[in-house]
Parts: sequence; structure tokens; C-alpha cells
Amino acid sequence: MSTPATHLDGNVLAGPLSEVFAVDVTAAERHCAHCGDHGAFARLRVYTDGPGLVVRCPGCEVLVLRLVRTPRGLVLDLGGTGCITLPVDD
Amino acid sequence: MNLITRGFHGRRGGDPTRIPPGQYETHDFPVLTVGPTPRVDTDTWTFTITTETGARHTWTWEQLLALPQESPHTDIHCVTRWSKLDTDWTGVSLDTLLEDVETTAEYALAHSHGGYTTDLPLQDLTDGQAWIAHTFDGHPLDPEHGGPARLLVPHLYFWKSAKWISGLTLLDEDEPGFWEQAGYHDYGDPWREQRYRGD
Ligand SMILES: [Zn+2]
Repeated sequence: MSTPATHLDGNVLAGPLSEVFAVDVTAAERHCAHCGDHGAFARLRVYTDGPGLVVRCPGCEVLVLRLVRTPRGLVLDLGGTGCITLPVDD
Repeated sequence: MNLITRGFHGRRGGDPTRIPPGQYETHDFPVLTVGPTPRVDTDTWTFTITTETGARHTWTWEQLLALPQESPHTDIHCVTRWSKLDTDWTGVSLDTLLEDVETTAEYALAHSHGGYTTDLPLQDLTDGQAWIAHTFDGHPLDPEHGGPARLLVPHLYFWKSAKWISGLTLLDEDEPGFWEQAGYHDYGDPWREQRYRGD
């Protein structure tokens, strides 16, 4: 049992993830392997107050991604809890 | 706005014998979250130490409170660069909890309600260096700060002081926890600025 803590929506990921992906991930869609939630990245819950960015599913709070900037590079963990569909130009 | 390197802003400097390098003193108690705050009922709360052989030692909330209580007065240092001096806690020393635990393990992985983990050498949890803390500043620990009980290991960066602690697994080999997997330091000594792996 839990109550939502302070989090932001997925739109705040546009800046940090533009360093990782060539496409705009906030236009991406995610399908949750854990709870079946399906929807836009903008709906994700983003926790920004910790030592790194933590992004969770709005349906089940499972870890979607972690991003940490270290002196040796960006560490990106995609969590493995669902599929992300990224928009691309044909 | 750079969300990844964003820190808390406050007074720089302070007593260099008490504020580690790269830290500033805050008088607030910032809340760091990696997810929703678990609401853990003390009626069903347990703390379990599992040894490397699989032996389990479990305490209920009542049993924890019946053990000898200690009141550490200490400074805490968060890797997001704030340090808070002269904090007062009450809890049970890990020395007390480990007294009857037979182990030759060298590492511990702390587990929390909500799925958080962090790893530490077992020797950093003994000799009066670590507690299961349930009271802060004379009041029951707020859920936002890890209540009903959190690990308190003040000589390491505060991410090692796992909130909402549910147990420790004792291990022969080190196993990286939540932030350690994502590039943070396995040990995390604030006086040596061990923030990231390789520091
Ligand atoms: Zn989900």
C-alpha cells in the first residue's frame, strides 16, 4: 500500500533524454509488461529529487527507467518492464 | 534546467571538520524520493536478517522496541550535496540485532518496502556504526523520511541509510543495490567524495 509522493510528468524527460536518443522520446508510447498500462511517455511518473532520475509506470509504479549522470558518462537503465515505441521519420 | 545534476542550493562552506568536501550545510531535511512513499503498518512490520546460509532472524515492531534503545547524535551527508549536522535519532544498534546471528559474510544488501536496495560491507554495520532508527528529533519517523523505521549509517552517504527498511541479506560477495547499479559508488565515503563508481 502506498500513496503517491511528489513526482513530475514525463514531459520533463525531453531535455535529459535528448542527450541519449536522437528522437523525441516524449512522443513515444510505452506498453507495460507488468500491468498492461499503455500510453504516452508524458503520462509517466518522474521522480527527480533523488541522486538520479527515476521514472515509474503510472499504472503500477514499476521502474521504467533510471538515468544517472556520472563523471564517466550517462548511465541509463531501461528497466526491462515494457516496450517503448519511438516515433521515426520515414 | 538540468534535472540530472540539479542539487539543493544552500549555504556553501561551514565547518570543514564537519562538512565533507563538496557538501553544504542545510537546516532543512530534504525528502529524496525514488517512488511513492510506502505506508508501512507497525502491526504487520517485520525486520528480517537472512544469512548467507539462508537462516532467518525476524523481529516484529514490538520485539524491536523491547530491545535496548540507543540515541545516536550525528551528522548526515547526502550525495545530492546537503549535509545536516546534529541530528538526533533513536533506534536499535545493528550490534544488538546481529548478536545471535551466526555469519561469516562480508557484505549486506539492505531491502526496503517499495523495492529499494543498497549494499554495504557488513563491518560498516557493526561496532556502533549503524542502527534501525524509528525516532527522529523525539518524534516517530515520518513516512517521507523512511518511517516507521529506516537504516541509519551516518558515516556513509545517506543513500546507504535505506528508508522503510524491511531486512538485510548477508552475502559472501558484494551485490550492487539500486543506485550502485546505476553508477553510484559501492562504498560511498563522504570524506573521500566517493559519489560515483570509480571515484
Ligand atoms: Zn505498469
